[in-house]
Amino acid sequence: MFKLLLPPPLLWALGGVFLLLVLASITIRLLETRKPEKNWLELKLRIKTWWWIVGCFSLTILGNIPIALVVFALISFLALKEYLTLCATRTADHVVLFWAYLSIPLQYYWLGIHWYGMFIIFIPVYIFLFLPMRMVLIGETQGFLKAAASLQWGLMISVFCLSHMAAVLTLPQLTGIGVPEQGAMMLFYLVTLTQLNDVAQYLWGKSFGKRKIAPKVSPNKTLEGFVGGVLTTGFLGWLLGPLLTPFSPLHATLAGLLIGTMGFIGDIVISAVKRDIGVKDSGRLLPGHGGILDRLDSLTYTAPLFFHYVHYLYF
Amino acid sequence: MKNLLRILFVMLLARPVVRLWLGVTVRHQERLPDRGPAIVIANHNSHLDILALYSLFPLGLIPRVRPAAAADYFLKNRWMAWFATNVVGIIPVVRGGMRRDPLADCREALHNGDILVLFPEGTRGEPEALSDIKSGIWYLLRDFPDIPVVPVYLHGLGRAMGRGQWLPVPFFVDIAIGRSLQHLDSKEAFCALIRDTLLQLKQKTLPAAPHPDSH
Repeated sequence: MFKLLLPPPLLWALGGVFLLLVLASITIRLLETRKPEKNWLELKLRIKTWWWIVGCFSLTILGNIPIALVVFALISFLALKEYLTLCATRTADHVVLFWAYLSIPLQYYWLGIHWYGMFIIFIPVYIFLFLPMRMVLIGETQGFLKAAASLQWGLMISVFCLSHMAAVLTLPQLTGIGVPEQGAMMLFYLVTLTQLNDVAQYLWGKSFGKRKIAPKVSPNKTLEGFVGGVLTTGFLGWLLGPLLTPFSPLHATLAGLLIGTMGFIGDIVISAVKRDIGVKDSGRLLPGHGGILDRLDSLTYTAPLFFHYVHYLYF
Repeated sequence: MKNLLRILFVMLLARPVVRLWLGVTVRHQERLPDRGPAIVIANHNSHLDILALYSLFPLGLIPRVRPAAAADYFLKNRWMAWFATNVVGIIPVVRGGMRRDPLADCREALHNGDILVLFPEGTRGEPEALSDIKSGIWYLLRDFPDIPVVPVYLHGLGRAMGRGQWLPVPFFVDIAIGRSLQHLDSKEAFCALIRDTLLQLKQKTLPAAPHPDSH
């Protein structure tokens, strides 16, 4: 029932991530003793939180699908809660919000019973139509459109889009093509490339950044950071492709480039939302990072697009 | 038996609801009194307020933590009265009573070394809007001028379950705890001090604004 036998490539890849974390933790310890006058707290918190994130994420690729779905449902729950805490909701919609939360277990249940057709339309069609109906029965019309639209947008981002991580994981079961282990390996590929892309864009931007790419939304983002990051992620996609995916070298490179560009878009879209609301971070859930949406912003774009890319080409 | 019920209530209901269903960030938990007699005052927007405050204290201290609550509301019927006094552990306060001192039971609790929880606005009011501070707390403190009065601001609970609502909807909650207040001789000045302190704490629960030149 509970099998911990990971396919060897995944074991190596996961081992690599843990090695990276150990190295980061040792480095910060050394830096702390070498230069105690500097404040290392922020960086220390950030690395400590990374341990938690990697630990939770590992639970999803151990081969037990129900556990993985519960973890992903909790991630969507936290993301939606963070979003609704930030955005202005109407007191009248109290019960409607409760219904919106109820869509989370159902959305992941469809994946659990391998019902792709329902999974893909449940939120964009049924929940989309149901929530305004429930709202209109309450009868408050003041601010109706804004309230309905904000709620729908939050559900699309934090439940529908993020649930595509779990869809990538269960893709072999959904389509009846390939073996279950391939799902876990492709999920690892998607999430690792998305996170490394964030780091790569940051490092390229810090080192060579000159021309601002979206000055009003994200003043720190530069064209150099974007291009350098996308090319790096394309290269990493090509490098990890043969290890973790059934992709041909060309398709692996394209997958890397797709994750690189769309990760960037996801990042600045969530930035625009935070600017509109007037907050720096989306929450305080992840010490050193901010909120859970600050960490998952890129994945809201890369997860659904990567899913359809793989679905179209291989499954 | 009564203590056990109250600890179970906090362990099985208050803590899971506040920490898992809602999720809470606390600033300066260490400022909370760790022994009685002491008074904790907080703004009041929801029935969840008392659950949130309970979830801040260690379980062993729960039998000592006593919230004062309106008798006319919580003793309305037999079942609610039993639940409110034995499981939640409220001290009923009769509002607008003329015959006897409405705060007598609160005084007794402080004499026994309990931690008294007061909502000085008196009622839940509108979410995130601070109502007027009632002067009962000032009269109470005249007899106990030396005990600590710790202010707590609760942000987000009125949204999770406000007045007239019975379903707690998940929202992240922020709690800020202030330094103990000094008793003042003037009633008006003391009520104003409470109000200002709570409003100051409110600012700390609000999210940080973006820097103009960072991401």
